[in-house]
Amino acid sequence: MTGTDTSTGTGIGLRHLLSTDGLRREQAVALLDTAANMEQALTGRTVRKLPTLRGRTVVTLFYENSTRTRVSFEVAGKWMSADTINVSASASSVSKGESLRDTASTLAAAGTDCLVVRHPASGAPHRIAAWLDHVAHSHLGAEGHVAVVNAGDGTHEHPTQALLDAATLRARLGRVEGAHVAVVGDILHSRVARSNAHLLATLGARVTLVAPPTLLPVGVAGWPVEISHDLDAVLTSGPDAVMMLRVQAERMHGGFFPSAREYAIRFGLSEARADRLPDHAVVLHPGPAVRGMEIASAVADSSRAAISDQVTAGVHVRMAVLYHLLAGEDVA
Amino acid sequence: MPSRRRGEPGSDAAGAEGERELLSAADLARTVARVAHEIIERNAPDGATARVVLLGLPTRGTFLARRLAERIGEITGATVPTGTLDPTLYRDDLRLRPTRALAETEIPAVGIDDAVVVLVDDVLFSGRTVRAALDALRDHGRPRAVQLAVLVDRGHRELPIRADYVGKNVPTNRTEDVAVRLVEVDGEDGVSLR
Repeated sequence: MTGTDTSTGTGIGLRHLLSTDGLRREQAVALLDTAANMEQALTGRTVRKLPTLRGRTVVTLFYENSTRTRVSFEVAGKWMSADTINVSASASSVSKGESLRDTASTLAAAGTDCLVVRHPASGAPHRIAAWLDHVAHSHLGAEGHVAVVNAGDGTHEHPTQALLDAATLRARLGRVEGAHVAVVGDILHSRVARSNAHLLATLGARVTLVAPPTLLPVGVAGWPVEISHDLDAVLTSGPDAVMMLRVQAERMHGGFFPSAREYAIRFGLSEARADRLPDHAVVLHPGPAVRGMEIASAVADSSRAAISDQVTAGVHVRMAVLYHLLAGEDVA
Repeated sequence: MPSRRRGEPGSDAAGAEGERELLSAADLARTVARVAHEIIERNAPDGATARVVLLGLPTRGTFLARRLAERIGEITGATVPTGTLDPTLYRDDLRLRPTRALAETEIPAVGIDDAVVVLVDDVLFSGRTVRAALDALRDHGRPRAVQLAVLVDRGHRELPIRADYVGKNVPTNRTEDVAVRLVEVDGEDGVSLR
């Protein structure tokens, strides 16, 4: 951060957004505040277009399928007049055997200001950020850098998802600090859970992870959370929010629970369970939801579910992230 | 805080002890009342009904707009819709500084189409904030006319922009700061030059 003029703020010193672990509280709060202001700036307008990122290029590089994340990054960029380009691994030179590093360098050399990366390997966006930081980019000048945003890497992190969840909680509950949030389901394979655990703790919320022992990752004892294997006990304690996670069958190679039916009975949010929640409690799901497995259809469609609010908040949060990464002078 | 309040970082011109009061709390109240009268005279000379909307530019312009609306209400009995418009996303100098924090935007529910919009700010300096606000306004609708009210015009315009209502004209040096203090933000009213 440079402290040239304190009267206009000094920016939040964000160079890349790779994880919520290590994101400082004032940075997280600034991103959430900016997201709320973005929503205000666009409310009630016929023209949803801001000139803020005119002339800047955002490339989404997705090695995994995605609907809401890719679309909301693209919408966020377009609403701020950035040029957005989508690259999916299956339709690019990746399918001819090009390495991750070469693909990233190619996109940077082609004039990218921001690279939004989703990759099945944990840590891939970190590697790209480190590679790109060590080469000069002719279109960005001596000081410039290509900003990298992690849009989900393996089972590691998905920081913008955690930010949009926090934005949704702030809108629905009026606060995040002091709130009790239960995160339920496949924690082991969930980058959403890890990003949320760190961000919510940073913002002062109390987090309880609820999962069968087989679906908790190694090292979870070091996270700033409480752990339970009993969903009913946690729901009885009256959480302010319940975040249901999808069981990620595509990442499971082995028996983590006896059957889908048993999982649904023990860890699914049924209508009866949701009825026991306090009136103000919010139900979140990062999507895509498997109805009847981790969440009952009636609960997903109920007024306490904030699933479509989350998607809307996702656009505003991603606008805030792109704004802080790209709008100001370069962060050294 | 609006940057134009501050002069360019200078070497010595304005010493730390060299603070001069431009408007006292009472002067400020009188000035707001006078500008309120001018807005009424210009837009409803014979009690006619030009629809006026006041939009403050954050932070202090927002509170000045509310004060003006209050005074206009006291004089005419009419309720003037008041809102706030953050022009940050439309600035032309974003890339020159660390990322700025955004401020609130709240356009009155009645909208600005076909209204006379009065933009309200504390200090008019380069004119770049007003230019950004005019661009932002265009995306929110099409006002019948746009006017500009400022508490202090300190000169040094960099664009062909002028105010329709000026509380006080103050010749300044570029390195000086015009500090506007309002009870709502700073705990007291007053304007000083340092």
